[in-house]
Amino acid sequence: MSRIANLFERLRGEGRTALIPFVTAGDPNPDVTVPLMHRMAAAGADLIELGVPFSDPIADGPVIQRATERALAAGVRLRDVLDMVRAFRAEDTETPLVLMGYLNPIEIMGVELFAAEAAAAGVDGTLVVDVPPEEAGPLAGALRPRGLDLVYLLAPTSDGERIARIGAAASGFVYYVAVKGVTGAGNLDIDAVAAKLGEIRQQIALPIGVGFGIKDGPSAARVAAVADAVIVGSAIVERIEGLKDAPTRIPDALGGFLAELRGAIDGAGAGPVVGAIEGALDATGGA
Amino acid sequence: MATVADDIQLQTGAPPRSGSIRGHSYPDAAGHFGRYGGRFVPETLMHPLAELTEAYEHYLESPAFVAELDKDLRDYVGRPSPLYHAERWSRELGGAQIFLKREDLNHTGAHKVNNTVGQALLARRMGKTRIIAETGAGQHGVASATVAARMGLECVVYMGAVDLARQAANVYRMKLLGARVVSVSSGSRTLKDALNEAMRDWVTNVDNTFYIIGTVAGPHPYPAMVRDLQAVIGRETRAQMLERSGRLPDVVMACVGGGSNAIGLFHPFIDDADVRMIGVEAGGDGLASGRHAAPLCAGKPGVLHGNRTYLMEDEHGQIIETHSISAGLDYPGVGPEHAWLKDSGRAEYVAVTDDEALTAFHALTVTEGIIPALETSHALAYAAKLAPQMRRDQTIVVNLSGRGDKDMDTVARLDGIEL
Repeated sequence: MSRIANLFERLRGEGRTALIPFVTAGDPNPDVTVPLMHRMAAAGADLIELGVPFSDPIADGPVIQRATERALAAGVRLRDVLDMVRAFRAEDTETPLVLMGYLNPIEIMGVELFAAEAAAAGVDGTLVVDVPPEEAGPLAGALRPRGLDLVYLLAPTSDGERIARIGAAASGFVYYVAVKGVTGAGNLDIDAVAAKLGEIRQQIALPIGVGFGIKDGPSAARVAAVADAVIVGSAIVERIEGLKDAPTRIPDALGGFLAELRGAIDGAGAGPVVGAIEGALDATGGA
Repeated sequence: MATVADDIQLQTGAPPRSGSIRGHSYPDAAGHFGRYGGRFVPETLMHPLAELTEAYEHYLESPAFVAELDKDLRDYVGRPSPLYHAERWSRELGGAQIFLKREDLNHTGAHKVNNTVGQALLARRMGKTRIIAETGAGQHGVASATVAARMGLECVVYMGAVDLARQAANVYRMKLLGARVVSVSSGSRTLKDALNEAMRDWVTNVDNTFYIIGTVAGPHPYPAMVRDLQAVIGRETRAQMLERSGRLPDVVMACVGGGSNAIGLFHPFIDDADVRMIGVEAGGDGLASGRHAAPLCAGKPGVLHGNRTYLMEDEHGQIIETHSISAGLDYPGVGPEHAWLKDSGRAEYVAVTDDEALTAFHALTVTEGIIPALETSHALAYAAKLAPQMRRDQTIVVNLSGRGDKDMDTVARLDGIEL
């Protein structure tokens, strides 16, 4: 069983919702990232999403675009991100890691070489945002045999047919994009999210993480009540940006923010045990 | 002369094609041209793209839609555009006879409007109330703002900050037409970044918004849809040449940025194996300098903006900044059908430098009294190289894709004049 599957199995037993922070690898400089990852894990991150910088991040809003530009300016490329994963794994063999990014840097490295190096470095899965299942053949063919999970997005625009397709292609967990928009968008409508998760759970048994629009403890708590994992990106990256000129303070400051999110999520009760989505409980085996 | 409907049926029926592309569907149902094309987008856009594909396939075969499109192309755009024999320039060059397909005489001054008229009709039928577009030189932005004004649709045009500065006249035209022009200052602040920002807008406002992509790139169905809307150029050219000379041209030639004017001209000639098709990319300061925008000549395959194609990228897969004197060609990718035509050998792709394009710009202006766009001047520059190597009874058709009014500031500045 993969590290990701293990994690969700354990959390389900404990009746807890996962907290998944996202940071762009190498933002604002390469030295910050690994200590920050350790600090986030210590503060209650269950899984870490590491953004791989790409010059043309079409799914990202201004906050993560700027993080990407800082990381690229600091010289961080896919190979460097894999080095960071190796360094992290030297001390932490528990916390699952998912690389999030775009296809082109992976294709240039070669999907087979990437899959081999990612597996060897200790990556647990990938979320390649511009690769829907329809275009994932070669990537999936390289990642699966090495035990790497393919995490896919679902969106408010995904109809039943797409949900089924992604259910068939995904492993590890599924990432539900809570709002139509780019990362960092606002206007999280928790009732709409809960309704859509109910629809998704009719077809998908995998754990469902919810991201986009989660800015603070209260919004994390609201999402935690309906999701298997709460994914926080831009709100974290914004805090990193605020300290970009004092990077040594980043791990502690973000550790504090993660602890706040953790507390809010755990206070929200036991994951998706909400009357409104009873149908979900069967699909996920209860919570 | 074939109608739009006839041609669309030929394409979507996916019969085996003659020549070097035999055996390929074109594109396949998932939008692949061989290994190129496809639909590489975030999940939020997958369903809207499926809806768009369905609408496009339905309406472009609907007699009522095609009749309305043909009427707009005739009465609003001014089609058919003339095929002009540039006799004086041909004589001066001393070789093949050069014919110019006068897309510069279209309403708004370029080929871009052929596509925006069609997509706007589609937007209206799909019940969308808001148009967005990206633009480089501003021609596609103007053509989008124009059709939006005519239909009373809201219009937002994304334009790189660098392009905004060098195409001020077109920016003002768009504003006069009622469009909001958004300056994009991320990345290299040119066409690719405008496209990124338009995609982000579309993801956010997908319910009421129709994204009019201006070239034959982007996720399926855009490369096929824009091609089908621009193929009127080649259909007219084919009929006009046959009527004029009783035979097909020896060479058809066009500049290639994203590649819509080139595909529009080439497409109806693809099965005519004796017609050479030559696409001319922006060589900037020269291919050896690295400062250019010629992915087919000097790039490699990758994935950007929803499709797999040739790209200007570094060894890490990061997209690199391009350079061209012409904003409309200053783009690191190219339509996937061109990538496929290149690999199959059916079309040839070359590059000319900024300086060569400028020389051709002045040459055509003084010998024929036609001021071409700087984009178009790249094709003219290669025609001027090739014509002297050909016989006088041979013919080259150059797509005169746009007029040069928008480039007065750029050219004047190079001559040391501030307008």
